[in-house]
Amino acid sequence: MKQIDEHGLEMPGDQIIQNPEFGKKILKKIHTISADLIHPVKLMHVCGTHEHTLAEYGLRSPNIIPKNVEIISGPGCPVCVCPAEDIDRAIELTKNQDIILTTFGDMIRVPSTHSSLSREKAKGADIRIVYGPADAIKIAQDNPNKEIVFFAIGFETTAPLLALELANNPPSNFTVLSAHKLIPPAMELMISLPDFKLDGFICPGHVATIIGMKPFIQFSEKHNFPNVIAGFEPNDMLLGIYILLTQIKNRETYAINEYTRVVRPQGNQVAQEFMKEVYGCTDSKWRGIGLIPNSGLELKEKYQQYDALKRFEIPLLNSQDIPKGCSCHLVLVGKKKPEQCPLFAKKCTPINPVGPCMVGNEGSCRISYMYRSRQ
Amino acid sequence: MCLAIPGKVMEINGPTAIVDFNGVQRDVVIGLCPNIEIGSYVVVHAGYAIEMVNEEEALKSISLWQEMIESEENFDQTNFF
Ligand code: SF4
Repeated sequence: MKQIDEHGLEMPGDQIIQNPEFGKKILKKIHTISADLIHPVKLMHVCGTHEHTLAEYGLRSPNIIPKNVEIISGPGCPVCVCPAEDIDRAIELTKNQDIILTTFGDMIRVPSTHSSLSREKAKGADIRIVYGPADAIKIAQDNPNKEIVFFAIGFETTAPLLALELANNPPSNFTVLSAHKLIPPAMELMISLPDFKLDGFICPGHVATIIGMKPFIQFSEKHNFPNVIAGFEPNDMLLGIYILLTQIKNRETYAINEYTRVVRPQGNQVAQEFMKEVYGCTDSKWRGIGLIPNSGLELKEKYQQYDALKRFEIPLLNSQDIPKGCSCHLVLVGKKKPEQCPLFAKKCTPINPVGPCMVGNEGSCRISYMYRSRQ
Repeated sequence: MCLAIPGKVMEINGPTAIVDFNGVQRDVVIGLCPNIEIGSYVVVHAGYAIEMVNEEEALKSISLWQEMIESEENFDQTNFF
C-alpha cells in the first residue's frame, strides 16, 4: 500500500513556511537578537514531533542556533511517560483468553517492569496494533464473542478521538484502559523543578489545536512566562524560537500563536465538548517523573461501563518505572541528554531498548540515535 | 503520536470523509469537525480530522511573519493579538 508522506498535502502558506531562504532570514534575526541577551537562555518543548523536527534538521547544531540558546526536550512523548504500572496492567489483561488488547504501534515495544506487549504477543497473547480508536471499535464489532480493550495513551490531541467513540454508543464488548495525559499540568511541574530555570516554552501545536490558546495564555499570565505555540516545519520552530527570544529580551510574557494556519484561539470546541462529556481530571503518574496533580483523564461515572479496570479484576502489581542504569527519568525532564546516558547506543538501541525513551518515533533517545550524526 | 497531517476533503459519506494526502486517499472520521466541506483542508490525526485549516488566517499571518522577518525593525508582539 502506498504510504502517506508525513508532511501530507501542501497547505496554503506552505510555500513560505517551507522555503529554506525564509529559514535563513529567520536565523539571521535569531543571531542578531541572541547577541543582545544578557544571560544564556533555556527553552523547553514538550512534544515528540518538535523533537523530531529539531533532530532531523539538525537545528541544535552550534552552527545553526547560537550557543547561548539551548533547546531542551520536556515530557512530550506519550508512550515514554506512560507508567510501567499501566503497561503491566495491560499485560495482565492479556492473560485473560477472552480479551483482545488493542493499542498504538509505538506502545507495544515499550519495556515495562518485566516484559513488554510485543514480548507477550510473541508468546501468544492476542495484542493488535491499531491506527486509531475507530480500528479498535471495528475489531469489537467483528469479534462479538471477545472482549476488546483499547489501551488509550496520548495527550489532548488524541483523547477526543476516543471521547467521540465513547459518546456514540460503542459495542458493549469494548472497554478502555485510560492512560491519557494533559500537557499544561506537566508544564506547571517543569517550571517548578529546583535547580532548573527555564526561560520559555515552545508549546505543542496539535495539543493547542484541540484546547486552544486559553490554557497557554493563562499559564503565561499566572507565571509571567513566555510561551509560543509552534507548528512542526523547521521554519515554524525557528519562528517560535525567534518569538520567544524577542519576548525574553523585552521582558514580555505572552502566549503567542505561530501555528495560525491550524490553531484557532478557541481551539476545537466540538472536541472539547466531547472531552468534557466523557472524561474527568485526575492526578496521574508520569513515568520516571511521578504524580502530577490533575494531569490525567478518567472516564466519568456515566461511562464507567467502558472502564476496563472496572470490568476486569487486575491484581495489585509491583511495577518499576526505570530499569537499572537507564536515565529516562532525567531525559524526560530535560536534565540529561540521551548521549549522556552510559547505556546510549551501547546496551540500549532501538532494536534492544532498555528504557521507554528508546522506543517510539517520539522518544528522545531513539530520535538522538537515529540522527546521531546531525547533532 | 501527536503527529497530524494535512489533506484535502474529496467526498463526505456520513460520519467519514475521503481525504486526499498527496495522492493517497484515506477514510477519515469527521465527528470532531462536523462543518467540513468538500475541498476544505483538514488536519488528520490517527484517522480523525481534528481541525480545518484556516486558509485565510494562514496566509494573512504568514505574510505578517514574513514582513517581520524581512524588516529591520524588531518584532512587535502586539501585531499578533
Ligand atoms: S539511552 Fe536507553 S537506557 Fe539510556 S536513558 Fe535512553 S532509553 Fe534509558
